[in-house]
Formats: sequence, structure tokens, C-alpha cells
Amino acid sequence: MALLEVRDLSVVFQRRGERPFTAVDGVSFDVEPGQTVGLVGESGCGKSVTSLAIMGLLAKRGVKISGSAKFDGTELLSLSDRQMRDRRGRDLGMVFQDPLSSLNPVVSIGLQVTEVLERHRDMSRKQASVEAAELLEKVGIPDPKRRLSEYPHQLSGGMRQRALIAIALACRPRLLIADEPTTALDVTIQAQILALLADLVRDTETALIMITHDLGVVAGLCDEVNVLYAGRVVERAGRHDLFRVPRHPYTHGLLASIPRLDAPRGERLSPIKGSVSDNIPWTTGCAFAPRCPNALDTCVQVTPAMEPDPVVAGPRLLRCHNPVEPATAAEQEIMS
Amino acid sequence: MLRYTIRRLLQLLIVVGVLSLLLFAWLRSLPGGPVSALLGERATTESRARLTEELGLDQPIFVQYFKFVGRALSGDFGVSTGVQPGDSATEIFLQRFPATLELSFLAIVIAVAVGIPLGYLAARRRGGWLDNLSVVSSLIGVAVPVFFLAFLLKQVFAVDLGWFPTAGRQEGGIDATRVTGFFVLDGILTQEWDAAWDALVHLILPAVALSSIPFSVVFRITRASVLDVVDEDYVRTAESKGLTTPVIRRRHVLRNAMLPVVTTIGLQTGALLAGAVLTEKVFAFPGIGQALALGFERRDYPVLLLLILCAAGVFVLINLLVDLSYALIDPRIRTRGGGR
Ligand SMILES: Nc1ncnc2c1ncn2[C@@H]1O[C@H](COP(=O)(O)OP(=O)(O)O)[C@@H](O)[C@H]1O
Ligand code: SF4
Ligand SMILES: [Mg+2]
Repeated sequence: MALLEVRDLSVVFQRRGERPFTAVDGVSFDVEPGQTVGLVGESGCGKSVTSLAIMGLLAKRGVKISGSAKFDGTELLSLSDRQMRDRRGRDLGMVFQDPLSSLNPVVSIGLQVTEVLERHRDMSRKQASVEAAELLEKVGIPDPKRRLSEYPHQLSGGMRQRALIAIALACRPRLLIADEPTTALDVTIQAQILALLADLVRDTETALIMITHDLGVVAGLCDEVNVLYAGRVVERAGRHDLFRVPRHPYTHGLLASIPRLDAPRGERLSPIKGSVSDNIPWTTGCAFAPRCPNALDTCVQVTPAMEPDPVVAGPRLLRCHNPVEPATAAEQEIMS
Repeated sequence: MLRYTIRRLLQLLIVVGVLSLLLFAWLRSLPGGPVSALLGERATTESRARLTEELGLDQPIFVQYFKFVGRALSGDFGVSTGVQPGDSATEIFLQRFPATLELSFLAIVIAVAVGIPLGYLAARRRGGWLDNLSVVSSLIGVAVPVFFLAFLLKQVFAVDLGWFPTAGRQEGGIDATRVTGFFVLDGILTQEWDAAWDALVHLILPAVALSSIPFSVVFRITRASVLDVVDEDYVRTAESKGLTTPVIRRRHVLRNAMLPVVTTIGLQTGALLAGAVLTEKVFAFPGIGQALALGFERRDYPVLLLLILCAAGVFVLINLLVDLSYALIDPRIRTRGGGR
């Protein structure tokens, strides 16, 4: 049994006086124990909302969540607030995008680490302090004892994200969700943080959901990748399969837009044309159709279903009427 | 921090010095004067001249000022001519200042003790009945003039219902020992419980009236600030750690939400003093507000000077305290220069 089984997860925002907005639309995926799974897609495709729904961190009012998220056999979506609070920080940890705003500016780093140990591991403040220093050391923060009494503004961006990782892993959760953990960091620091995360989840056998808009981040880290578009998973494959032969036109476009090592960094090579505002609703066809170079007439009439890839072998699922031909995909790969 | 405090205290001295000069000149430029106030409009020119000379008001103003400063430095602020004629201004100050401080302190305590929890609850149940009710009442709180509220409270709870005394600081019949001049504190220190209780009961209605504006402001700032803070990323981080609600509320929401509230409380002390003048009048409460009103009416220069200077001094001191406590809550200020 998978550690986390997400089935048909949907999140609809319903504000009074506004039309309901479906941010996550029937998302399903599994995370095996110790496995690293990527959720990839452009900004606004529902990655954060998916993870917040799993964590029980979405507002109670104005939000409708349906479907299922089973953790180790327990349905998370039907747990009470108290039961969910007992699990968060203990079984499920989370690291967020912006390390500065994610740390409380008026509480010492030490207390922000120890409070989670006191909460879930029954430690006294003193025991927790010792443990906190060890945790900070483990995530590569130099002089951890002194850091305990410091405040977030006294740490650099990379150090802050390390501290947040230490906090999220303090109670040895079995699942860590990292929501764009490197997006707010300098390029040189990004690689260090990714390497740290990879090391930590390997050493502690923690399962990781890696959320990013950057397929390059996924490349070195994930066992399996889910590509999201407009709230739905459009392609799922193992990392190697996905990179070698991207089949969905959207995945293909994302890959083409990754800056290569031999190209100047930060330069988008061939961005996908158009933007999410061009989408059509999934109910009337493929949401990506207005931007898709492969679009057929059926694409705006029939909603593509998530199905095994009919051409390329391997455990891949696709939501597309007219996938990118494996040959062209390979050629593109070589050419770029 | 120490150097900062010392610098601020020096600033305080300069503020008080400059203010004394301005006040001195301003008071003497007002129409009328202590002589007319004491002798009335129909007094003879001769008796007016005699009194003017007696009070030293015939001398050039800068001579008067330097004489005042010289005496003030040795603790002599002159003799009251109108509020309590014959008493020294210092004596009047020592009687009345504790009364007003006691009243203002209770008013601030009420404002904070009600305003902060209510502001928090209103924010958490935004749009609920409690929120709507308290937003409306805080609007009324700032809109209704303090003296009108004071008058209303007195009429209903003191005159009609008889639950509270209508005037004064303490019943005349009570034989209370004076230690500090703060009647409630004196009663507690000397364990004269009935005296302490009686003084407290006298304080309640005027303090409630006086607290209306600071309460409204504290409530609204707390509410707005909590609404801001609950949406902060670090509160979501705290939730992601599974912390209990009380810990999140206290450590992660309130501690941050209090920063603007603390500043507000400091700024409110000025408004408080203005409100005290009116409240004390309604409740015949013998504090500096009442003395100021009377002092202006009768042009009591020595008393006005001393009281206004002290009020300004207290205002500056409280703002210094606010800044220091701000630094205490906010490490970004405390460690400025020390960190990276
Ligand atoms: N609290 C909310 N209320 C309404 N809409 C929201 C809310 N949070 C997110 N959304 C919308 O849901 C969509 C998905 O958001 P999100 O999951 O944050 O995207 P991303 O993939 O960039 O993390 C976006 O269009 C966003 O505007
Ligand atoms: S279904 Fe059609 S429009 Fe959608 S991605 Fe596939 S080819 Fe493009
Ligand atoms: Mg996001």
C-alpha cells in the first residue's frame, strides 16, 4: 500500500458573490514510502492548493474539498481538526516557498524548532534545545548553538530555508511536502538546498512531494513526476521516461523551456506560447487546446481522459488526444 | 539600549525646557490675567497695581521667566493664585497628579483588557455578530464626546441607579492614611481595604468614560492587525507544525499583532489627558484635568505651567516606555546593528 494515496482530489473556492473556482480538479497520485514524487506545472496550476488540502491547511470557510487523501490507510480529509493537528508536524512535514516570511520574525530560531519537538515528541524545553542544535547542525547550519538564540532576520536566505527544513523534519515525519523550496533563493543556494533535501530524505527514508514550476529542479530529485495543468494531472511518468520522451505537448513545452547547462542560465529558450488565461474549461475539452501546437478539432469538443500511453511502453499515464510523437520528442531533445 | 534611553531622557529635558519658555510667553499673552480673576472687573486701579506688583507681573517678561527658572530649579514653582489660592503649585501638583494618573491608568487598563481580547475575537470571527457589534460600538466610542458619555454614565449608574458615587475620589467619612497619593494603592499598602475599595469605586465610572476612545482605538488596531497577521506565512508554518491553537494564538499571532497596538497605546496618552479634563469636570474629580480647567478660568500661571509641563513630560516618558517595550517585543529593533 502506498504511503499517500490521493484520489480524485478536488478543491473548489466558493466566495460569496463570486463564481466558484475549481483550483484542483480530480487529482490522483500515489507516494510510496521513501519515494520522491514531483508535482510540476506553471504557476497557478493548483500545486500549492493540492498540498495545502492534503495538509489540512486550507481555510475552512469558502472552500469545498472532495475526493480522498489516504495517509497510511487513514483518510486525512475526514479527520477532525484535533486529529489533523496531531499528525501535522509529526507524520507530515511541510517546507514553504519563502523562508523569510515563513519564519516568525519575533520568535527565536531556537523556539521555532523546539516548539514542534515539545508538541509531538514530549520533550522538555531543555531536551528540545539540545535536539534542536543537533537538527540545525544536520541541515548544515554552522555554529548551531548560537543560532538558537538568534532571530530570522539575522540569518541569510539559505540558512533560513535550512532552519525551516530542520523544523519540518524535526519529528521525523514519513512524508515531507516541499512547496517550491528554492524558488525564493539565489541560484547558487538553490542547488545546495536541493542537494540537502535529497540527502536528508534518502538518509531518513522520508517520502517527499517536491512541488516546483521548474522541471530542472525535478530532474535530479524525483522518482516519479506528475505534470499538472489547470488543476488536472496531464502526464505522469518516471523521471527518466518523462525526460527522455515527453509525450504530452505541455510537458514537451515545459522541457523545451528549461535553460540547458550549455545555454546562458535564466534565459527561457522557447516558452510555451500564450498563458493560462487562454484556457478553456476542462468540461468542454482540453484546457490546454488554445495554446497547444498539436491541437486537433476534437480537442475543443472532447475532454481527454487520463489513460496509459498507447505508443511508448512503460507505466505512463497521459491526458491527450494527440501526443507528441516519440521520434520528434527525441529529436528535439538532441537538438536543444 | 542604555545609550538610547539616556539620549531620549536628554531630549525630554530639552523638550520641557523649550516648552516652558513657550508656555510662559503664551500664558501671559492671553487676555485677562490673574489680577482681574482675583479682584474682579470692578477693582480699583490702585489695588490692581498693588497686586500686579506683588505677583511680580509688572516686570519685563524675560526677567519674570529667568526668576521662574531660577526658582523652579530649586523646586519652587510659585504659589497658586486661582485653583487653591495660597497653596504652592508643587503641593497642588502632588495632590492632583496621582489622582489623574490613577484614573488614566485604570482607563488604559480597561481599554487594553477589553480592547485586545475583543479585537482578537472579532478578527477571528470576522463578519460574525460579535465582530459587527464591537465594530459598531467602537465607532460609537470615538464618535460620542467623552463628556457626554461621562454625563450619561453618571446620570444612569450614579444618580438613577445609585450603584456608584456621583463625585470625588473618596468619601469624606473614610479615614485613610496617605502614603503615595494614589488612593487605591495607599489603601492596599496600608491594608485599609475599605479605603482602597471606596477609592476604586469612585474611579470606575470616570475611568470607563475616559477609556472609550483608547478602547475604540486599541480594539480597532488589534482587530486590523490580527486580520493581517493570521494571513502571514509564518502562521501557516505554525499550523503546519501541528501546534495547538493557544500556542499559535499567543506566540505566533498576538505577539506580532501587538506591535502596532503598543505604539497606539503610547499615542493615546495625549488624547487621554484631553479626555481627563472633561471627565474630571463631570465627576468633580480632583485631578489635574479639573485643576487645568479651573486654572485657565482664573489665569493661575504657576499651577498651569507646572501641570502642563508635567503632563508633557509624562507624555514623552510614556512614549519612551512604549519605544523600549517595542524593542523588547521586536527583535528586529533590539538587535539592530548587532545582526547581519
Ligand atoms: N484561497 C484562495 N481563494 C481563491 N482562489 C485561490 C486561493 N488559493 C489559490 N487560489 C487559486 O487557485 C489556483 C491555484 O493556485 P496555487 O495552487 O497556489 O497555484 P500554484 O500551482 O502556483 O501553487 C490559482 O488560480 C489561484 O489563484
Ligand atoms: S488534448 Fe489536444 S489540445 Fe490537449 S494537449 Fe493533447 S493535443 Fe493538445
Ligand atoms: Mg504555489
